[in-house]
Amino acid sequence: MSAILVEELHKSFGPNEVLKGINLSVDSHEVICLIGASGSGKSTLLRCINLLEPINSGRIILLGQDITAPNIDANLVRRQIGIVFQSFNLFPHMTVLRNVTLAPSKVLRMPARQAAEEARELLSRFGLLDKQDDYPDRLSGGQQQRVAIVRALAMRPQIMLLDEVTSALDPELVAEVLEVIGELAAGGMTMVIATHEMGFAREIANRVCFLEEGRIIEDAPPAELFTDPKDERTRRFLRRIVEAKRL
Amino acid sequence: MTPEVGSFSSGRGPRLFTGGGRRGSVISTISTVVVLAIFAAIFAFSPGARTVAHAFFYPKDAWQAFVGDPRKGYYSVGAAIWLNIRMFLVAEALILPFALLIALIRQSVHPTLFPIRVLATIYVDFFRGVPLLLVVLALGLGVPGLYLPVISHQPDAVYGVAALVLSYSAYVSEVYRAGLNSVHRSQVAAARSLGLSQRTALRYVILPQAVRNIIPPLLNDFISLQKDTALVGVLGVIEANQAADIYASATFNYSSFAVAAILFLILTIPLARFTDGLIERDRRRRLAGATT
Repeated sequence: MSAILVEELHKSFGPNEVLKGINLSVDSHEVICLIGASGSGKSTLLRCINLLEPINSGRIILLGQDITAPNIDANLVRRQIGIVFQSFNLFPHMTVLRNVTLAPSKVLRMPARQAAEEARELLSRFGLLDKQDDYPDRLSGGQQQRVAIVRALAMRPQIMLLDEVTSALDPELVAEVLEVIGELAAGGMTMVIATHEMGFAREIANRVCFLEEGRIIEDAPPAELFTDPKDERTRRFLRRIVEAKRL
Repeated sequence: MTPEVGSFSSGRGPRLFTGGGRRGSVISTISTVVVLAIFAAIFAFSPGARTVAHAFFYPKDAWQAFVGDPRKGYYSVGAAIWLNIRMFLVAEALILPFALLIALIRQSVHPTLFPIRVLATIYVDFFRGVPLLLVVLALGLGVPGLYLPVISHQPDAVYGVAALVLSYSAYVSEVYRAGLNSVHRSQVAAARSLGLSQRTALRYVILPQAVRNIIPPLLNDFISLQKDTALVGVLGVIEANQAADIYASATFNYSSFAVAAILFLILTIPLARFTDGLIERDRRRRLAGATT
């Protein structure tokens, strides 16, 4: 059974069709990287899977359940999926610890003590324990993004969606975040990662999907897609990446 | 503390207009003295200075207005201000939740709420447009005339407070709305993506940030509300302004109004300083030692 199965997904913003029939299957413990130019639909696809965007047509099956069915409880679906955004989106009025414990205590109704204990465990796993009482404004971008990942993990999701999580970071802060993601992959987390870090995608992904204009043009293991792309459009995109010295 | 009338420093945010330091405080002291001296001179050298000083700032009358004299039928302005405080506190406690409710209704997008949304919009337009004094008169004179059980048999102060609540809730709901809009949409997305329901996200993520952003305009409205409790006096309620008016009409001395003014200042200034303190504390807590 696939962890995520996307079938003929269409999504428009007004007259602008952003996803034009996406088909994608993600197995449990698989890491999929979505690559492609800005505006190709990577982020929208992730937001649709998390039900943050209503879709126009198609189906999304999450762990055997059709989450695009009309009477689905979006809140229940979202508990199973963690999503991390490019702009961190930590809650600025809460300490790091409170950011992490909010959802477990309010959504899962976990006792405060247990929520804090589990949060501290996760924070220490990612080297953030000494920041637990700080407010997000006091952290570096890399630290904020790691907290955002911890916050998503605190809900014990089955699947993690990462939306260009390093794009807003200074170059020297990218590594610490990628390291965390690598650790999650090694731990068997099912992940769909939209990214511009080609080297990272090549290293971590089981499969890489190249998107252009709302379609998945090519879907192949990284060794194949990066060295021997089948489609001309993929080749053109990768050539530009190489020219920009990003691969 | 050195008075800083001559400078624009407010004690929060970057001090754009002051030199700061010892030299700055010397300059601000000098300019304060100069400004006050100019105002004092204008007053002192005006032809009617003596008469006005006697009519408005006569200590004996001021004291008599402050303590009142039941035998002569003067109400104590000092005692009457308690009614203003009580009306303010009750109105405030009602305005805060009621205005929030209006704001949330106006912000809602659900189609079934459309009729209520229209009503809320009409409500805000109406009560922001009609002078508060007219609302006070309409309720204070109109509602008792309806001869309804209970509702028509309340003390006048109750109708006054109701008018304040209706009028101010319209303003405050707009302040809330601005606050809700000031919270970035990505915060909603982050909260919802964690599985928080709309209500939980509103309660723990959106509202706290919205309210923080609107504390200054909210407090501004409350200071205004404290003063506008004086309008309830037109119903014959003995609040500070009405007590001062009675004294003035009986004695032809207006020092009672100066007393009322000073009492209102004593009420509003601490609230203003308290607001500044809140803002400063919040800013410092969140930004101290920021690394980005």
